[in-house]
Amino acid sequence: MFHFPFLIYIYIYISHLISKSFSICIHLYFDLGERITIMIKAVLVMNTQGKPRLTKFYEFRTVEKQQEAIRNVFAVLCSRPEHVSNFVNAESIFGPDARLVYKHFATLYFVFIFDSSENELAILDLIQVLVETLDKCFRNVCELDVVFNYSKIHTILDEIIFGGQVLETSSAEVLKAVEEISKLEAASNAINLVPKSVSAWRTR
Amino acid sequence: MSSSSSIMDNLFQRTLDDVIKSTRLTFLPEHAFISNAMDEIRKEIKSTDPHTKSTALQKLSYLSSLHGIDMSFASFHVVEVISSSRFSHKKIGYLSASQSFNDSTPVLLLITNQLRKDLTSNNSFEVSLALQCLSNVASLDLARDLTPEVFTLLSTSKVYVRKKAVGVVLRVFEKYPDAVRVCFKRLVENLESLDPPIVVAVVGVFCELASKDPPAYLPLAPEFYRILVDSKNNWVLIKVLKIFAKLAPLEPRLAKRIVEPVCEVMRRTEAKSLMFECVRTVVTSLSDYESAVNLAMEKIRELLVEQDPNLRYLGLQALSAVVGKHLWVVLENKEAVIKSLSDEDPNIKLESLRLVMAMVSDSNVEEICRVLVNYALKSDPEFCNEILGSILETCCKNVYEIIVDFDWYVSLLGEMSRIPNCQKGEEIENQLIDIGLRVRDARLQLVRVGRDLLIDPALLGNVYLHRILCAAAWVVGEYVEFASNPFQLMEALLQPRTNLLPPSIRAVYIHSAFKVLIFYLDNYLQNGGAASSYSSNLAGDDSELVNGKKSTEAPDLSKSESLNYDPDEGFNPRNITESSEDSPVDNNVDRIVNHGQTFTPTFLEKNNFTHESVVSLLDLIELVLGPQTANEDVEVLERAQNVVAFVNLVKMDILDCSVQNVDILGKKNAQVSAIIQLMSDAFSVELGLVSISAQGRVAVPDGLVLTENLDDLQSICGDIQLPSSSFGVGGHHVDTTFDDSSSNLVKSEESGPANESTSLLEHRKRHGLYYLPSEKNGAVSVDYPPANDPELNSNINDEAENLARLTEQSLLLKKKPNQMKPRPVVVKLDDGDVAPILVKRPEPRDDSLSGVVRDVLLGNEARPSSSRSNPSNKTSGKAKEKKKLSTDLASETKEQLGDAEKLDLENRNSRSKHHSHNKERRRRSPGKTVEEGEEHDQKGKKKSSHRHGRHKTRQRANSPLNSQTPVIPDFLL
Repeated sequence: MFHFPFLIYIYIYISHLISKSFSICIHLYFDLGERITIMIKAVLVMNTQGKPRLTKFYEFRTVEKQQEAIRNVFAVLCSRPEHVSNFVNAESIFGPDARLVYKHFATLYFVFIFDSSENELAILDLIQVLVETLDKCFRNVCELDVVFNYSKIHTILDEIIFGGQVLETSSAEVLKAVEEISKLEAASNAINLVPKSVSAWRTR
Repeated sequence: MSSSSSIMDNLFQRTLDDVIKSTRLTFLPEHAFISNAMDEIRKEIKSTDPHTKSTALQKLSYLSSLHGIDMSFASFHVVEVISSSRFSHKKIGYLSASQSFNDSTPVLLLITNQLRKDLTSNNSFEVSLALQCLSNVASLDLARDLTPEVFTLLSTSKVYVRKKAVGVVLRVFEKYPDAVRVCFKRLVENLESLDPPIVVAVVGVFCELASKDPPAYLPLAPEFYRILVDSKNNWVLIKVLKIFAKLAPLEPRLAKRIVEPVCEVMRRTEAKSLMFECVRTVVTSLSDYESAVNLAMEKIRELLVEQDPNLRYLGLQALSAVVGKHLWVVLENKEAVIKSLSDEDPNIKLESLRLVMAMVSDSNVEEICRVLVNYALKSDPEFCNEILGSILETCCKNVYEIIVDFDWYVSLLGEMSRIPNCQKGEEIENQLIDIGLRVRDARLQLVRVGRDLLIDPALLGNVYLHRILCAAAWVVGEYVEFASNPFQLMEALLQPRTNLLPPSIRAVYIHSAFKVLIFYLDNYLQNGGAASSYSSNLAGDDSELVNGKKSTEAPDLSKSESLNYDPDEGFNPRNITESSEDSPVDNNVDRIVNHGQTFTPTFLEKNNFTHESVVSLLDLIELVLGPQTANEDVEVLERAQNVVAFVNLVKMDILDCSVQNVDILGKKNAQVSAIIQLMSDAFSVELGLVSISAQGRVAVPDGLVLTENLDDLQSICGDIQLPSSSFGVGGHHVDTTFDDSSSNLVKSEESGPANESTSLLEHRKRHGLYYLPSEKNGAVSVDYPPANDPELNSNINDEAENLARLTEQSLLLKKKPNQMKPRPVVVKLDDGDVAPILVKRPEPRDDSLSGVVRDVLLGNEARPSSSRSNPSNKTSGKAKEKKKLSTDLASETKEQLGDAEKLDLENRNSRSKHHSHNKERRRRSPGKTVEEGEEHDQKGKKKSSHRHGRHKTRQRANSPLNSQTPVIPDFLL
């Protein structure tokens, strides 16, 4: 009953990419002491101006390093010409064995950074799943939806990727869970607003 | 009071949405707006009202993730929000925790109890939140304390929770390896789950575990095999293939078993991702199996002609994975590879460049390099340098292993230096000098190339070329005896535009000029009649070189002999002046000089070494270097001063001679002559290679403390810039005095003279006279025409087609038809003078985790070593293989399922028994096979105290069958 979209590799062609050279040589310092191998290292969504819209790092790095990585990724992406492959060598940004796959939808880049435990084409599909899920969730998703639904986007992403591993690849399943969670959140908030403080005030 | 303020807070607090909206509307600069928001948050987060607090935390986590605000100050508040009873608060808290906590967060342990509570909650979404958080932040303590809860969740009936529990196991194992003893078995059981999401999760976990320590997971091969054959989920199949790619190289029989299923999947699947994973598995791990490789190649060929650049790129990647073992595959696809070289996708270009370089061999290196260099000319700067870099790297591999014709290679280096975008100055510099030191036969060509580079005033304007020019200057100075026209060299070395060079390189120029001067004067003085003494002086041994080279250079010699050969008069320039007046080229007649059986390398010219030329040379030096004696750089100043002082010393004497107009030999000042002789001897000592370990052989003198901390010194002279030493070459005396005249012969090469004069003439015509006839004028404009005008290369347009055609031709592994001469001697030091290229693969970490996994799966014996593939066992293995192939897989798994349940009951009681049971579960089922029984028997003895009686009896029953000692357990059947 679980029909995963991976049964057929859907490839959606992407245009609107801007051109120039592709690799940058920025060497970051990596703290190898606390290095845990994580299959998916990070998920980034940023717009074509380089503003991050969603960032999720599955291996810990300080916020400064996160911002630096985002800037570096954007520098690479915005220099990629149109109609080229969606893979980028990210070893200079994310350390050895890091691969980067991105997809460009309208004004947004969806970027996944992962290691050799994942298949590049499958990750492309996964991006597709993520975007499809967002699309179903928000009805014709656009950048503003991503901007204003910080919490919901994280919920969706957390259903798909768990601690750096891909756990769910069916957007229907994801949507089901997300809906349940939203209901639960709403329920817990509904009893909250005034009653909570009023009761506290009363019992004083 | 406090609660009323919290109401106010609550009512007037900005929510996350408000913040986001106002970020978009605000006119404040971003940082000002954020610092406003942060002030607000800092206040709100201290509120006692959980709603206010959690909203503040949500805003903070938003700002942290998208605007890079450090939220570590709020970690305690995160803990507070997590412990809220409301789901929405909890969710915010857990999200913030996953985002900001790490092992060094001090409050990390405070969430242990809350996590435990949530992990045991009835609400599966709360459990999910806690698992999510744990998978991101678990430290050793957290992992240890929460292992029992995770263990329980691994067998929960809720699929939604169980898949996440499986996911969290990975982090728990990493942080707390002992958890393996508890959880591993349940993890393995989940492999047999019928719920696809759980299988996805488990296989993912095993894929990651197996990538760290493959041998430990060999015993699970049957499970993975079953999934490989049965599963229809592409995601799972990809992961299983990745696991097998790791396991197959360890166990040849396993590889043999999976070849067919993998090919089957490859044939059957429609999904490109899965198909590519099959291809990758075959090329990396199953490349010994002809049929599989053939099929994979078919698929690669399909990939290479796809429209989609992603697929083409991956196809090339697969090719480069296979290039080491099956070069033919690449050669078969060379058209596609070469076509990709001009692809617009930089990834594809790079990958195909790598492949092209992999195809290079000594027979086609010239052709390929020529094509690539032409191609580099019209590429964008970055790719151009990639090309140059890979050519340089490939050619110098293993001390220029693939280079046969060094003359060609040296010319190529010269050509590469002139490519406008070339930024490989350092590599080319090193190689020019390295070749000069190693390959005697290449020195002639080196000097030619060096002269061509030096003579071109345009090159001096290019900063990237300075290093190359430095090498060229050194080469012409060091090997000046090969120069056809030292005077011209001197002019080039002293041309006015050299003031564009950095001082350290200028110093090299001046020093080289000094060497040239000494050579010139020496020859001048010797010529008067000391020819014989000169030659006898220089005619040292060098026998081995002469022997090695005679055959090499014979053809050239004969060629030149027929042209112009005069053994008697050869060495005396004055005679030459008279005898070769009919020479067509005015001032560039190369001569062969013969002294007895040896040949001097000196290229004499008819107007060389005349009195007038010496005087003008000295004048030139004085004129140019005079001002440099006040140079602010100490290196330049010092050297210029030396040269000028020497010139003054010599000049007087030589002018003397000219006034008296007498034969120099007769009247020359013995002192000057002696000095020149001395200097010339000093310079003619050959510089040799210095082994990288040479320093190690020098005994440390007594009383010298090498390990003393020099930090203080650093702080004192930190801001003093040491003059960068231009060459990493130390001179050392070769025992045999280097003798050029005996070791090399003169080649009057076809292109030499003509090329020289025309190039010089052309430069003079194009750029006017820059070789300073009288004064140092303002000819030193920086905006010099570029060295290599791209427009001049008019032929590059049709390069793309040529590229394909030419390379194709060159790639045919044909025997080079005109192998003109054997490869010259390349000097190598015994102990490997080249720094060994450390291809350091990360060692498979034999850390605690894999140790525990091994314990669990294999028992405590040091088995992993025996489970590695061992070629000597192959034959016996094959024999057994046949027997096993007939065993039915399905029945085995059924049996295992049954056993697992039974064992589960047993294991509940004592965890310490897990390892032996588990191991047996893997092994026992195909109990009919011979080795297994033996295996068990051996272990049974060692661990009999732990064993369950049932197993013992089974082993006893098996043991009589044993006839041979198995070395590798068959993990598949």
